[in-house]
Amino acid sequence: MTISLDPQKTNNESLQPKGWLRYFSFSLDHKVIGIQYLVCGFLFYLIGGTLASAIRIELASPMSDFMPRDVYNQVLTLHGTIMIFLWIVPVVNGAFGNYLIPFYVGARDMAFPRLNAVAFWLIPPSGLMLVASYFVEGAAQAGWTAYPPLSITTPQSGQIIWILSVLLLGGSSIFGGINFIATIIKLRRPGLKLMQLPMYCWAMLGTSLLVVLSTPVLAGTLILLSFDIIAHTGFFNPVLGGNVVVYQHLFWFYSHPAVYIMVLPAFGLVSEILPVHARKPLFGYTTMVFSIMGIVVLGLVVWAHHMFTSGTPPWMRLFFTIATAFIAVPTGIKFFNWVATLWGGKISINSAMLFSCGFIINFVFGGITGVALAQVPFDIHVHDTYFVVAHFHYIVYGGTVFIIFSSIYHWFPKVTGKMLNEKLGILHFIITFIGFNLCFAPQHWLGLNGMPRRVAEYDPQFQFVNQISSLGALLMAISTIPFLINVFLSVRNGKNAGDNPWNALTPEWLTSSPPPVENWEGEAPLVEEPYGYGKEISEQK
Amino acid sequence: MLNKNFYLILIISLVFAISFWIGFNVNLLPAEASINAPIYDELFKILFIIGLIIFIGMTIAVVYSLFKFRKRNDQIGDGIALEGNLSLEIVWTIIPSIIVLLIGLYSYNIYDRMGGMKELNHNHEMMSSNTEKIWAGISQTSDNEIAINNLSIEVSAMQFAFLFNYPKGNFISGELHVPVDQKVSMKMESKDVIHAFWVPEFRIKQDIIPGQPTILNFTPTKVGKYPIICAELCGPYHGGMRASIIVEEESDYNEWFNKNKKPEVNL
Repeated sequence: MTISLDPQKTNNESLQPKGWLRYFSFSLDHKVIGIQYLVCGFLFYLIGGTLASAIRIELASPMSDFMPRDVYNQVLTLHGTIMIFLWIVPVVNGAFGNYLIPFYVGARDMAFPRLNAVAFWLIPPSGLMLVASYFVEGAAQAGWTAYPPLSITTPQSGQIIWILSVLLLGGSSIFGGINFIATIIKLRRPGLKLMQLPMYCWAMLGTSLLVVLSTPVLAGTLILLSFDIIAHTGFFNPVLGGNVVVYQHLFWFYSHPAVYIMVLPAFGLVSEILPVHARKPLFGYTTMVFSIMGIVVLGLVVWAHHMFTSGTPPWMRLFFTIATAFIAVPTGIKFFNWVATLWGGKISINSAMLFSCGFIINFVFGGITGVALAQVPFDIHVHDTYFVVAHFHYIVYGGTVFIIFSSIYHWFPKVTGKMLNEKLGILHFIITFIGFNLCFAPQHWLGLNGMPRRVAEYDPQFQFVNQISSLGALLMAISTIPFLINVFLSVRNGKNAGDNPWNALTPEWLTSSPPPVENWEGEAPLVEEPYGYGKEISEQK
Repeated sequence: MLNKNFYLILIISLVFAISFWIGFNVNLLPAEASINAPIYDELFKILFIIGLIIFIGMTIAVVYSLFKFRKRNDQIGDGIALEGNLSLEIVWTIIPSIIVLLIGLYSYNIYDRMGGMKELNHNHEMMSSNTEKIWAGISQTSDNEIAINNLSIEVSAMQFAFLFNYPKGNFISGELHVPVDQKVSMKMESKDVIHAFWVPEFRIKQDIIPGQPTILNFTPTKVGKYPIICAELCGPYHGGMRASIIVEEESDYNEWFNKNKKPEVNL
C-alpha cells in the first residue's frame, strides 16, 4: 500500500543543479526544500527583528519622536505579519516538517514533491512583495489583524498588497498541510504502525488538519475584505450596512488555530529533542498523542476569546471562557510528561537541551497568563494592552522560537555533517534567555497599569519600565550575533559529526549525515521504538 | 536521616508559602476607583497565587532535573527505560481539570458580580423609539435605576477623540464628569473606525463599534481624575487618543452640570 520511491524524481535527477546552487533551484528533494524554508524564514526573521527593534527604539521615550506615526503603524503591522507568516509558520512547519517527516515515515520524499516545491516558492515572492509595499504608497497599517473599517479607510495599495501576500502565504500553507497529511497517512513504509511514529509526525498531522480546516476561512475573509476595499462592496463596511464584528469572528476562526499551527509543531520537536539528550524514552507516548488531538479539537472552538470586549453577547463570552481554559489540560499533560522525561535521565547539558528547557519555563509562564486571559472578567481589563503582547510573545518567542533554535542545534549535524560550537551555543542561549525575559516580563506590568498596545506614545510614568524592555530587546538583537558566527564558522570548519553524534534512535539518524538524495542506501529501516533508550534490545548497530 | 518524602513536602509547602506571600504582598495593579475594581483584584489575586505555585513548581522541577540528572563525565549509557505511568497521567489530567473548572466557576461568579450576565435589552431612554439590538457590554443596573438618577451619557468616538453627550443637560463635553458613588450608564457608538473605552482604575473596557451601539455601566467609588484610553488600534494618532474622567462629589458635579447645561431652544 505504500510507495517508497518516486520514479519521476529519479528521472529528473540529472536536471537538478548540484552543490549550493540547488538551494536556489526548483528542487524536488524534501531535504533541499526544508533548508530553503529554514534559510528563507531566517532572513525574514532578521527583517522582522529589525522592525521589532525599531518599535522598541520608538518606545524607549514616551513621545512619538523616532518615526512618523503612520510609519510606526506600518512597522508594527509588518512586524506581526512577517514573524507569523514568513518566519514561524514556514519554519516550524515547512522547514522541519519537510526535512524530517519523510525520514520519520520511512519514505524517500514527500507525497507530492512538485506541490511541495510550489508551496515553498510562493513564499519568497509574497514576502518580498510585502516588504516592497513600504516603497509604494506605504505598507498596510491596520495591524496584522487588519480589522475593518480601519483597513478599509487606510491607504489602499498597502492593504491590498498585504491581502495578496497573506493569501499567497496561506495557499502555501494549505499546500504544505495537504502534503504532510498525505505523506504521514499514505507513505509510511510497510510494517510501520501509526502508534510507532515519532511524536513530531503526530504534531504535524494535528497541525496540518488545523491548517486545512481553518486557513481557507481566512482566505475567504480576506477576499471579501479586498472586495470592500477595491469594489466598495459592504460586507464589513458599516457605512454600507456591513458588520465589522463578523470580520472578527471569521478572522479569529483562522487566527486562533494559527497559534496552534505555530506551537504544536514545536511541541513535536521538543518531544524529539528531550529523549535524545536525556537518554530516556518519551514519557507517556499515548497520552501525548491524545493531548495533541485534544488541542486540535479544542483549538477550533475558542476563537471568540479574542473578542471579549468586542460585540459579543454574555453567553458567548462564557462558553469561550470555559473552552479556552480547558486547553490548559491537554497542554499541561504535555509539560508534565516532558518534565517526567527529564526525571531520572542522564542529561547532557548542551545548547539544544538548554533551549528546550528554556522553552518549558517560558511556555509555562505564557500558558498561565493564557488561562488568566481566558477568564472574561480578567480579560476585560487587560485586553488590547501590553499584557497581551507579553503573553503571546511568551508563547511564540519564548515557546516556538526557543524550540526553533533548539532544533537547529540538534539537527545541524544531520544536515551538514558538522557540529555547532557548544560554547557559542550556550552563550547564545544565555543572552537570548535573559534578553527575552527582560524584554517581555515587564510588559505584563505595563498592560495591567494602563499601557495599551500598538501605541507610538504613552504616559511618561511608564518610561522606565519601557526602557528596561527596550534593553531586553537590544540583548535579543545581540544574541543573533554569536548564533550567526557559530553557523558560518561551523559550516566551514566545524568538528566532524559522524553519522549519529547524539546516538539517537529516530530514523533520520540511521543514515549518513548529510543523508544521500534517496535518504537511505537500500531499504528504509523499520524503527518500531523511536524512543527505546535504556533498552538492550533496541541498541542500534 | 530524613527521608525523601520529607524534603518533597518541605519544598511543596515552601512553594505554596512563597506564592501566597507574593500574591498578598506584591501589588501589580493601579488604584481601585470603581465597584468593579475590588472584585477584579480579588480574581487577580487568586489567579496570581495559583499561577505562581504552578510556575515556581515547574521551574524548580526543570532546574532540579538538570542538576540532579545531568550526565557526569564518568557515566556511560542511558537513563532508566521508563515509558510512562498510567496513574501519574491520570493524576495530572484530573487535578488540572478540577483546577480549571473551579477557576471557570469562580470567574463566572466574579463576572456575574460585575454585572456581566445581566440582560442587555437596555431600553435607553433616548433610544426608546428605536428597536435596534445592542450586542454587548457590561450592565450593572436595571433601566429604572438609570432613569431615576439621570446619569445616562452618550459616548461617541471618532479619530481621535471621545465626545460625551449629556442628554439631560443638552450639551456635549470633551471631559467625562461623573458624581462619585452613583451608577452611570453609557451608550457608545463610533463615527468611523473601532475604538475602545478603557479606564484602568475602573478595570473596565468596551469596544466602541461603528454601526453597532454598545453599553457600558459603572459606579465610580473614588474622587479623582483618571485617564480614558483608546485601546483599539484606530489610526496614526491612536496612542494620543485619550480623555479624562473626573469623578467628583455630587455638589461639585451638579455645579459643573448646571454651568454647562443649555436650554432646549438652543438646538
